[in-house]
Amino acid sequence: MSVFGASIKRREDPALITGKGKYTDDLVRPGMCFAAIVRSPHAHARIMSIDTSEAATAPGVIAVFTGQDLVRGEAGGVVPTCWLLPNLVTPDHPILAKDLVRHVGDGVAVVVAENRYQAHDAAELVEVDYDPLDAVTDVVAALEPGAPQVHAEAEGNLAFDWDLGDKEKTEAAFSQAAHTVSVDLRNSRLIPHAVEPRGALAEWDDAKGELTVWVTSQNPHVHRLLMTLASIGLPEHKIRVIAPEVGGGFGSKIHHYPDEAIAAWCAMNTGRPVKWVATRSETNLTDAHGRDHASHAEMALDAEGRIIGLKVETKAAMGAYLSTFAPSVPTYLYGTLLSGQYDIPAIHVRTLGAFTHTTPVDAYRGAGRPEATFLIERIMDLGAAKMGLDPGDFRRKNFIAPDAFPYATQVALEYDSGNYGPALDRALEMVGYQALRDEQAERRKSGDGKLLGIGLSTFIEACGLAPSQVVGSLGAQAGLWESAKVRVHPTGTITVYSGSSGHGQGHETTFAQIVADRLAVDVDQVEVVQGDTREVQFGMGTYGSRSAAVGGSAISEAVDKVIAKGKKIAAHLLEASPDDIVFEDGAFHVQGVPAKTQAWGDVVLQAYLAHNYPDDLEPGLEETAFYNPANFTYPFGAHIAVVEIDRDTGHVELRQYACCDDVGNVINPMIVEGQVHGGLAQGIGQALWEEAVYDDYGQLLTGTLMDYALPRAHMLPSFDTDRTVTPCPHNPLGVKGVGEAGTIASPAAVTNAVVDALSTFGVEHLDMPLTSEKVWRAMNQSGNGQG
Amino acid sequence: MFPGNFEYVRAGNLKEALTLLSGEDCKALAGGHSLIPLLKQRLAQPAKLVDISGLDELKGVTVEAGKARVGALTTHRELAASEALQGAAQVLSEAASKVGDPQVRNRGTLGGNIAHADPASDLPAVLLALDAEVSIVGPNGSRSTKADGFFSGLMDTDLAENEVISHVEFSSLGAGDASAYCKFEHPASGYAICGAAAVIRGSEVRLAFNGVAAVPFLASAVGDSLSGSDLSDAAIDSALSALEHDDPLSDLHASAEYRLHLAKVYGGRALRAARDRRG
Repeated sequence: MSVFGASIKRREDPALITGKGKYTDDLVRPGMCFAAIVRSPHAHARIMSIDTSEAATAPGVIAVFTGQDLVRGEAGGVVPTCWLLPNLVTPDHPILAKDLVRHVGDGVAVVVAENRYQAHDAAELVEVDYDPLDAVTDVVAALEPGAPQVHAEAEGNLAFDWDLGDKEKTEAAFSQAAHTVSVDLRNSRLIPHAVEPRGALAEWDDAKGELTVWVTSQNPHVHRLLMTLASIGLPEHKIRVIAPEVGGGFGSKIHHYPDEAIAAWCAMNTGRPVKWVATRSETNLTDAHGRDHASHAEMALDAEGRIIGLKVETKAAMGAYLSTFAPSVPTYLYGTLLSGQYDIPAIHVRTLGAFTHTTPVDAYRGAGRPEATFLIERIMDLGAAKMGLDPGDFRRKNFIAPDAFPYATQVALEYDSGNYGPALDRALEMVGYQALRDEQAERRKSGDGKLLGIGLSTFIEACGLAPSQVVGSLGAQAGLWESAKVRVHPTGTITVYSGSSGHGQGHETTFAQIVADRLAVDVDQVEVVQGDTREVQFGMGTYGSRSAAVGGSAISEAVDKVIAKGKKIAAHLLEASPDDIVFEDGAFHVQGVPAKTQAWGDVVLQAYLAHNYPDDLEPGLEETAFYNPANFTYPFGAHIAVVEIDRDTGHVELRQYACCDDVGNVINPMIVEGQVHGGLAQGIGQALWEEAVYDDYGQLLTGTLMDYALPRAHMLPSFDTDRTVTPCPHNPLGVKGVGEAGTIASPAAVTNAVVDALSTFGVEHLDMPLTSEKVWRAMNQSGNGQG
Repeated sequence: MFPGNFEYVRAGNLKEALTLLSGEDCKALAGGHSLIPLLKQRLAQPAKLVDISGLDELKGVTVEAGKARVGALTTHRELAASEALQGAAQVLSEAASKVGDPQVRNRGTLGGNIAHADPASDLPAVLLALDAEVSIVGPNGSRSTKADGFFSGLMDTDLAENEVISHVEFSSLGAGDASAYCKFEHPASGYAICGAAAVIRGSEVRLAFNGVAAVPFLASAVGDSLSGSDLSDAAIDSALSALEHDDPLSDLHASAEYRLHLAKVYGGRALRAARDRRG
């Protein structure tokens, strides 16, 4: 059996599950000390004065710095925005606030002390005199006239006003519509909750003028680049950024935060290695949040129930500052997905980005695509109800036909491939759809038992980020290719240096599988290195379900180059033309003459001995590839949730969840299934329990895990997963990406199921999270409906 | 999170514990599952922690001569697993089995739980429904107080700073009696948004709630109207329809209106469960 496609166990796990993984907080450097950041308790306030005198003389304190000190220092002192939209307002984001604080958790000072207890004790002694100002935390309120201003330069709190699609054509479609449906919905604000909190350990080598920063990063080269360009200002070759073991990110560790720059600045100014690690409460206040949209959507239908137009207006919270890639999330990662799996001839979407006095919002697992999917899959159910059609039938009626690919949507994407019917068929079969509908009808008739609801979500995503020219034209300040170097050692074993930077995905296993498969070597002969800017050539990192499709393809292309060079060496040894050499089953031989063969190991050894070697060929066997994808990849699938609702309390229980995903070719089915399970839990968490809630003063009311409800194993059913396989046609592995699929699809499936259960009460929509009280009120405010 | 500085002393016996606790700004530490989180958030910053977790005289469950006595240091896990309590007060075992998660149940204690008096805690309503007495020792000897008077406010009790709860005592349930605890919990914390404890003792019915209000309370009118009744569904529903509270909690997790509604639903579930358990 091929090693590509085998469920081999993750080689990462023995160390991680026995506590031997070395995360940032496990690292110890000689003379290391600790930083604690003093954070604003106010959402919006003017800093009148900061008195550090008592903190500076507290036990163990080495130094105390404020934003004013950082201004005087050599650091650039700001963290930048790296995705620029037309007319985007980009206020500075200083690494420590200087005059104004703009969200609870905004850093105002930092204390460096011998140990972390002393640092935290002394941080409490820093006296900041604030003049509190009015705050606005709600995205809709922020855009209303007279709202408190977050930044003077962003009038009306507007960061950008962006649109996509053909407005006139869409209006024309609505003027011809036989039916229309509309919905106003919120996509709730979420806190990422990686298990490992963010942290950084910075060490300054004064003699060499070099800075090393170990940081919880999904993309260490990007962190290094931004430190050079914006926050620290040292030359790129004088900064080394290392992502050691990283315990999950979900997007929250893509961004360049002030905190790692503060740690670096403290190390450079104290001469001591400085470690900063967020407490759990601190992560909740400062990790970039996700989602937080308010949208109005309308869909136009013809008399037969075919969609002829879709228009969407979304207000998207940016928070207090524009985080690293924040402007891309509610625009190009969102509006482009609003066609879903459907053939929609006219679409227009407008997004207003708004500053609010809250934690910044940026990419969080799915990043724009869950928001788009939630909207389109919700309004699909409204369309089905309007037409009196089963939600599955209504979707099927509007699917892009399997022979229509490549399909150009009205929102700038070209879907390269797809075949949506079979996945839906399979998912319906997995849940026993007709029997469920019969059971639902029976319960509705008898009034016995809990309310039963069934919800569908047939979703598509664009991942494998991304074709560099395309994203460049859309505002990205970086290419989104990926790199790989394949180094074959003299004895034939292999080290792969990948520009991807895994943080729980299993790259060390799956990337080795790619190489072992291509070179027909044992998978244990392949080692994978990632996450260190000194060891690895520039790379773009891991996010957007891109590592297999882009990072894996780069590895594949580097392997191609290794094989090509191997052929030249083998040709020389076999006294044949390189064009006649084939590489099969781990050996080079002359095509059609299997007896004339050179084993892999012999060719590799000769590459290093170079004793019997082509004159015009360099010794060594090591090749690098930078792979720039031709398009996004387009995973899709059909997800079905079945819920039961307690008629007395509104409590929702997820009874069953089945999904059929198409993520293209699969390198390791076990890892793919794990990604689907985790993604589902995260998306179901949003649907039923999770929400970041601020009060009117900008205090985060769900700042701890006692208030912010993450899904736990006992709250979830055993998931039923399956796959169809439609390979990606434009990358060498035929893979598409799976990291976000579950999170993208499931919020809509669960919400649709709850609304389906409540449809007899006249309920058409409920916003997430679907808490018991919200559902209970929906049952009791709608009058005399019965379940 | 990082607690502020504190001293730590481990008491060898109850007398020593009381002496230590008479010092300035001291806090007794038992299982630590209420106090340590407060310390970590710096919501409490006592100068000294007096660890009483080693005091064997405050541990264990005994049921003798119609009386049940539960030591303050008995853990939730021990309450949940206690065979003696299955007959004497199933409601206590049942509630303890629903406290927190296994780690909390393995460390957290009855005494710590009720001394902390979180309104959403599971055990206070149980003690009210059982009509338990809380026994307290202090520098001036020991005293006892009815559970009903022990809980005096939001996270506030009758316990003085230099006192320690020694044990809780109540009349054990007999043949034909029954009890039950039903809980609607918050998905994040597992704390009760509404916890209902029902005890049927002969013809007497007692129903108490936690989570609904700042202080756990006995629904006396409900109990009185059901005492001596046939405990039919109709009787239970009718009694609960009159359930009121003049100041229910209202917060992010549940409005006052919803909490009162849940009290009626869960009160009914607890009463029916207890009724159906009678021999």
